[in-house]
Amino acid sequence: MDHHKNLKRRIDLSEREVRRISKGEINPIDVYKLLPRTNCKECGEKNCMAFATKLVSRDIALERCTPLLGKEFEETYAILWKWLKPPVKEITIGTGDGAVKIGGQFVMYRHELAYFNPTAIAVDVTDELPDDELLKRIKGVEGFSYSYLGEELKLNLIAVRSTSDDPAKFATTIKKVTENTNLPLILCSFNPDVLEAGLAIASGKSPLIYAASENNWKDMARLALMYKCPLAVFAPNDLKLLRSMAGTLMEHDVENFVLDPGTFPDEGLVNTISNFTTLRRISCKEGDEVLGFPLMGTPIVAWLERERTQEVAEWTETYIASMLITRYADLLIMHSMDGWALLPLTILRKNLYTDPRKPTAVDPGLRIFGEVDENSPVMFTTNFALTYYAVASEIESSDISNKCYLLVIDTEGIGVQSAVARARAASKNRALTADMIAQAIKKSRIEEKVKHRKLIIPGMAAQLSDEIEDLTGWKVLVGPSSSSGLPRFLEEHWYRKKED
Amino acid sequence: MREGDRRKKAAIKFGSELLKLLSMSEEIGLEDVDVKIGDLEIELLQPTAAVAPPKVVTPLPKVKPGKILELTFTPPIMEYPGQIVEVKLGATKREGGTRGKSIVIGGEKCPPFYTFEKSPPHAPVVACDVFDIDIPLPKALKMHVGDVTEDPAAWAKRCVDKFGAEMLTLNLTSIDPSKKNTSPRKAAKTVEEVLQAVNVPLAIGGCGDPEKDLAVFEKVTEVAEGERLLISSVSPYMDVKKTAETIKKYGHVALALTGMDINEARELNHQLYDILPREQIVMDTSTAALGYGLEFTFTLMERVRLAALMGDYELQHPMSSGTTNAWFAKEAWKKMAPQWEPRELRGPMWETITALTGLLAGVDYFMMMHPTAIKTVKDVIERLMNKEADEPEKIADWTTTRI
Repeated sequence: MDHHKNLKRRIDLSEREVRRISKGEINPIDVYKLLPRTNCKECGEKNCMAFATKLVSRDIALERCTPLLGKEFEETYAILWKWLKPPVKEITIGTGDGAVKIGGQFVMYRHELAYFNPTAIAVDVTDELPDDELLKRIKGVEGFSYSYLGEELKLNLIAVRSTSDDPAKFATTIKKVTENTNLPLILCSFNPDVLEAGLAIASGKSPLIYAASENNWKDMARLALMYKCPLAVFAPNDLKLLRSMAGTLMEHDVENFVLDPGTFPDEGLVNTISNFTTLRRISCKEGDEVLGFPLMGTPIVAWLERERTQEVAEWTETYIASMLITRYADLLIMHSMDGWALLPLTILRKNLYTDPRKPTAVDPGLRIFGEVDENSPVMFTTNFALTYYAVASEIESSDISNKCYLLVIDTEGIGVQSAVARARAASKNRALTADMIAQAIKKSRIEEKVKHRKLIIPGMAAQLSDEIEDLTGWKVLVGPSSSSGLPRFLEEHWYRKKED
Repeated sequence: MREGDRRKKAAIKFGSELLKLLSMSEEIGLEDVDVKIGDLEIELLQPTAAVAPPKVVTPLPKVKPGKILELTFTPPIMEYPGQIVEVKLGATKREGGTRGKSIVIGGEKCPPFYTFEKSPPHAPVVACDVFDIDIPLPKALKMHVGDVTEDPAAWAKRCVDKFGAEMLTLNLTSIDPSKKNTSPRKAAKTVEEVLQAVNVPLAIGGCGDPEKDLAVFEKVTEVAEGERLLISSVSPYMDVKKTAETIKKYGHVALALTGMDINEARELNHQLYDILPREQIVMDTSTAALGYGLEFTFTLMERVRLAALMGDYELQHPMSSGTTNAWFAKEAWKKMAPQWEPRELRGPMWETITALTGLLAGVDYFMMMHPTAIKTVKDVIERLMNKEADEPEKIADWTTTRI
């Protein structure tokens, strides 16, 4: 009891603080009070307070505090860990560099903090595919890549389904799959014998076992423990059963779950959306630890309806997947491998899992496109990444436009339209003003680079025209409202005019 | 503190009763309570007592159970002090107009499709965009309407008869002084023609020029008096008072359009309240395309709707989304490398996902264009409005099904 009292003194929580922390509203001071306060900088931060601040914003791991890992801080560490742990547990599938982390969510709504660990996307293969098709699908998943905002969008896992229901066949397929890819795996069958045959080969890669059901849960619990793999729990459209199964499996010492409340693509879609939402709320808002695990959806079920043509099945699977990305799925299993279907999904995932606390901005300053000369056009845009990339890629799309100067104005990552609108707001926070453009012109020394004094401004910034002209002495040409009109605009209003 | 409370306080143990007690009395002090940290941490795990009483984890027996234990499950229902206003669009003969039927949107009492709480009172509506000028359209859109783009009335009929549009947004793009600069009188005539060609409720779009839009809206609202048009839009850049006045005078509905800024949206609605009843205001905080800022759109809509339900009066309006903006994304229309083709599917999927993301954030009124996207979003809405459950058996053996 002595160390408890000791801790109590250290923590020194007022009644108000207890109440606040019990609501999950932890602030850096609470955390700071418990830290060793040695200011040793071993975590890489300036001092313990800076470390505490990063802990609360979930930007650093608790384990970076080396003194805290010592025996004397064992209990403090446990308290901090529990204060700071996500209500949705983080589960790792796979091992090493190729491992995929899912869950680890702190909030139900993006604006409350951020979403972590983007929805992992798996594509299925079966144990009855001919070798060449199997390899083709694996290579297809591995080869999927799209460059978006400076990042490669990828697919994440292979789900191996046993359509043969034959342990030997499944084992053979798992062997082939593991020989041909390092992607993490999901082993899918409700037959424990089949799964065991697969696990005997792949367990070293820590695949996700799919899945414990009402009928096979005891065997699945045994496999999950024996092979030390995470286990999916499947209770279609029955959240009470799902909770009961998870609770029961916990009693069997299984610790790492992924919850599958069933994906219903047709009449049951309403329940699917409701179930995913219920589960995320019950973990994030009510702190239910039994259901505090990542959620998985199986849009692949859209292919079960035999009356659907392939195109319709693919279409259905894709939009169902998009809804589940929006509504809390941490893992999805898909069948389609077509780019037109997977591209919008990987982009949606990237969008929603972007940290809303950090504006997506590029560096401001002068950019030069192509072989410019003293007659080349000068334009500006803001440093909101999406705006900048849209403009830049449009400029590069045509020989006419790929020969210009582009001033990138620092609006702290706000697009042209919003930034102009902000100039009318009281605070002027992150606003785009004529004054900023005048300063950018000066700073860039563009006046030494071109002979003319004509600035092409975005159509959305038309209202700044007069002010820019007054401040800079440059003549303003109002360009198109969408970057896609740029090449045509330049052709008609810059080059054609000059020839006159 | 009353004597009873004092005794209660003395009896506090940091068991599961703590938070319940804290929620009963704001004044309970803990200063003379011996904090046992081992117990304390258990309670502190529950980070969310903010919204509901703590969940009592059912105690489980120590031996490994041989059967599935029956645990309790209580749906996490919340109460919301706010409600979205209901807005009626279009007017039948009896209601003073000429439409076949009117459509009510809004009225929500909980977040979108939290059907474990409540089903939405009204289904969100999908309207189809029509233009009064032959504007450049992506190939995937052009192939469905290319033959009628010269004739707004025929285009409107196509949308209603073939695409199943429940409403139309007639965009009077030609009034733009930098385009055809069509006169208010001529624009109003186009509106009349479309009103005659179809009997669904209409929304009327301007060109974005503040002065010209007002001039045209003044004429259009007059010739269509009583039709309860959705006038798209009133923006902070316009003469808000004058625009609202003409909308009110002739019995229409305002679409309050702002940039992606929650304060700007509040401010505009607040200004409109001086003139218009709340039941004549729909709001729009701007829609960015998938891949081009959709996350800003989504999160702002979600914030607006949650704030409205928590009682933020100026945000309690149905939300509209210019979903057609999805086509601004290059990936929606451009010919790309073969692995991303065909764009005839990629484009409408872009619009569909932009719409469905908005649907789950609380959009009540969609402005869309591609027939397949429109059909999909209507299908999804129909399924989400239906409380019938699917049969679990249907998907129970998905792992073994050959597809």
